[in-house]
Amino acid sequence: MNKKSAVAFAAAGAALSLGLSACGGGGGSETKPADGSSGAPAAAEAFNAGLEAVFNPSDKKGGVLKMAISEDWDSVDPGDTYYALSWNLIRIYGRSLVTYTPAPGAEGRKLSPDLAESLGESSDDGKTWTYKLRAGLKFEDGTPITSKDVKYAVLRSMDKETLVNGPTYFNDWLDLPKDFKSVYKTPDVNTDSAIETPDDQTIVFHLKKAYGGFDNFAALPGTIPVPKDKDTGVKYREHVVASGPYKFDKVEPGKQYTLVRNEHWDPATDPIRKALPDSYEISLGVNADDLDNRIISGDLHIDLAGSGVQPAALGRVLGDPTLKARADNPTGARTWYTSIISDVAPLDNVDCRRAIIFAADRVGLQNAYGGEFAGGDIATGLMPPSIGGWKKLDLYPTGTGDVEKAKEALTACGKPDGFETTMAYRADRPKEKATAESLQQALAKAGIKLTLKGYPTGDYFALYAGKPDFVKKNGIGLATNGWGADWNDGFGFMSQIVDSRTIRESGGNYNLSIKDKEIDAKIDQIFQENDVAKRDALWGEIDQRVMEQAYVLPAVWSKGVLVRPQGATNVFVTGAFDMYDYLNLGVQ
Amino acid sequence: MTAPLDAPGKTPEVPPEAVLAGAGVKAIQGRSLGQIAWMRLKRDKVALVGAGVVVLLILTAIFAPLIVDVFGHPPNEFHQEMIDTSTMTPQGGTGISGDFLFGVEPVNGRDLFSRVVYGARISLLIAVLATVLSVVIGTVMGVMAGYFGGWVDTLISRTMDVFLAFPLLVFAMALVGVLGQFEQSLGVTGDTLRIGLLIFVIGFFNWPYIGRIIRGQTLSLREREFVDAARSLGARGPYILFREILPNLIAPILIYATLLIPTNVLFEAALSFLGVGIQAPTATWGGMLSQAVKFYNVPHFMFFPGMAIFITVLAFNLFGDGLRDALDPKASR
Repeated sequence: MNKKSAVAFAAAGAALSLGLSACGGGGGSETKPADGSSGAPAAAEAFNAGLEAVFNPSDKKGGVLKMAISEDWDSVDPGDTYYALSWNLIRIYGRSLVTYTPAPGAEGRKLSPDLAESLGESSDDGKTWTYKLRAGLKFEDGTPITSKDVKYAVLRSMDKETLVNGPTYFNDWLDLPKDFKSVYKTPDVNTDSAIETPDDQTIVFHLKKAYGGFDNFAALPGTIPVPKDKDTGVKYREHVVASGPYKFDKVEPGKQYTLVRNEHWDPATDPIRKALPDSYEISLGVNADDLDNRIISGDLHIDLAGSGVQPAALGRVLGDPTLKARADNPTGARTWYTSIISDVAPLDNVDCRRAIIFAADRVGLQNAYGGEFAGGDIATGLMPPSIGGWKKLDLYPTGTGDVEKAKEALTACGKPDGFETTMAYRADRPKEKATAESLQQALAKAGIKLTLKGYPTGDYFALYAGKPDFVKKNGIGLATNGWGADWNDGFGFMSQIVDSRTIRESGGNYNLSIKDKEIDAKIDQIFQENDVAKRDALWGEIDQRVMEQAYVLPAVWSKGVLVRPQGATNVFVTGAFDMYDYLNLGVQ
Repeated sequence: MTAPLDAPGKTPEVPPEAVLAGAGVKAIQGRSLGQIAWMRLKRDKVALVGAGVVVLLILTAIFAPLIVDVFGHPPNEFHQEMIDTSTMTPQGGTGISGDFLFGVEPVNGRDLFSRVVYGARISLLIAVLATVLSVVIGTVMGVMAGYFGGWVDTLISRTMDVFLAFPLLVFAMALVGVLGQFEQSLGVTGDTLRIGLLIFVIGFFNWPYIGRIIRGQTLSLREREFVDAARSLGARGPYILFREILPNLIAPILIYATLLIPTNVLFEAALSFLGVGIQAPTATWGGMLSQAVKFYNVPHFMFFPGMAIFITVLAFNLFGDGLRDALDPKASR
């Protein structure tokens, strides 16, 4: 009863202050912009107001921040998670060596030191990276955080047999001794050749080969410290030991999490976190449509998934000017595309591959993914615009399909009457099904006949589209697909999907179609290169080569329609994850 | 005006002797059981309406291309010009017009009328053939169990128990999913394979329901006097089975077949809804419903395929109920 009226009061207050700021004509609200998110101007309520500015900035503490998600994500264990939403959220209870600056837009892609005093210092031509921890860091039980806890966390995160989710960058790059298997199987092996901890404040990483962007690795949740004596392997997710301002209070896997303040977190050690709410309530398994409606009504603050509203709410939000003023429409570092698989005849011929791109109805593909707001902008290349080195490519028309050019390409390929092939898509993803249907319609006009086949999402890469011999045996020429950047540079986006040497015959590949010696050579060149601008330019050249050789048919650079929460403060979209930044949200 | 009871001055046209002999103007004819049933059915207006709708549905399914040619557009043709590109819903809400009788689908603007009409083909084809399969297996097994008794009965009855204990929906999903991956080895592909699989899965796992009923009927028929009489006259097994017992089973078989069809329509819709039915872009009612769930703000998308399922199931049920009343009036309802 009390709770309900309090919510109603807060909502009324929010409506009032919004009205006021609208009268003020975009001058911002009375509260001063917060120091952590620095000079970013405050925003008035308008469509996309949270993209480049902090909406409703405040330093007011207290309240309960309510979040929900329609499913569940892999894990809250920092060593066992590979979802952007999780990497975003994890920062309220865990601190990595460095992290993404809580700031709107592109500023949010920049790294700030978190546990470390400063960004990494490289030596040995970029093969050695050193971080110094701040003084006075403590876990939630009051024990001090040392560099050994960070080292242990990184090493355990590499055991992908126990902690199956998460990236394998440390596995691939650290100079580990041969006899090291995992912290659980070979706990006594000396791993100083990979990570050294000369004292409790210092941690030194040794790489097999130089990499100038190592700070991006140091920002992975894998560097969030884990006390060795509290580690319970895969069960650690049931009680993650907090190093950030909040700790887990209630953990009911698949149902809900509540987090409360961690009194051993010292704000003096943490210049980037505001830690405003008194607690967080996170509900799992909420019906997706219900979730949208509750955010619109102000009953809930954040949809943790951060990928945008469902189709039903989309019509409501975009159709109603007052609701549209509460929406943000960020472009993510994610491309939805269809791989054109050169292993399967006649797609081994570049002209036949080009014919597919010419014939495709690019507007239809955009619609299939949800249109210009919920789907995204029509992609002209594989690499999304927010990645360094991106340049606009203009190799193919982006209209509703060019049958003439497609027929020319088909003639050049020696198949003037077209050909037949099979297209794979993830059966339980309506957008990919719509993509397949759109391509089938458009390609038929040029004489290319598609047979559509849906496969289950769970094993799509492991057993079907990502398994070379299955693809060849079933003559799959096209496969829908999508990829999001682990972080916003060419390496973070491209390395897993364009390098032919990542393709394993056993399956589980994310690179379905790009096998090009020239691209592989460029990647090697990039690793030799220490200059960021030159690296970026090379990634751009790879993107161009991918399109020239027509290895993929890009559909959209993903966008989503997010609804700004009512009664929440410091709301902005971070360029690091292209969803609301979960680090400094507060409750009004 | 009524004729006077006893018009004077007229002699009766039929001599009394003739009446006694039973040779009237209209000879009193013996009616077969079928004729009696038909008479009862004709009096049951509700059942007749059901039958009429069923016939109409079958005609719709058969002549779908013709109907769509006249009243609609090809079922897989996109009409994206009818879609609002920001919300992905039809312009003006539904897109219903003289040109698009049921409006258009969100996202790609396919003609909903054509898709509902084509959906009738898949639904009825699968439901009817699956029912035929169930009835054939169920009848053979039921008659064998009931007539031979003993260990044959025990074996078949326990088999039926096993089948009835299967979590059918879950098992069907798994089976369609698994078998669907072996297209090369099965020698058929695409829709043919999927339709065949669905008929097999739905038909093969529903036979015990009809099998049990047939077994019970056979058990009681086996002990009846006319069977005894035939047996004492020296009739052998096949004769008794096919000439004495089977004709008496026609009524229950017909009734349960008619009532099984709507169940199978729903089952097919459920499988399509769950995504293990026919592959895109072929239209099915259940598949359309599952897409429509995402677009509950455009209710016409859900309404038309939903109504199609509703009307089909209702029509078959009404007709089946009427048929049962007509064929077996003593059966308790």
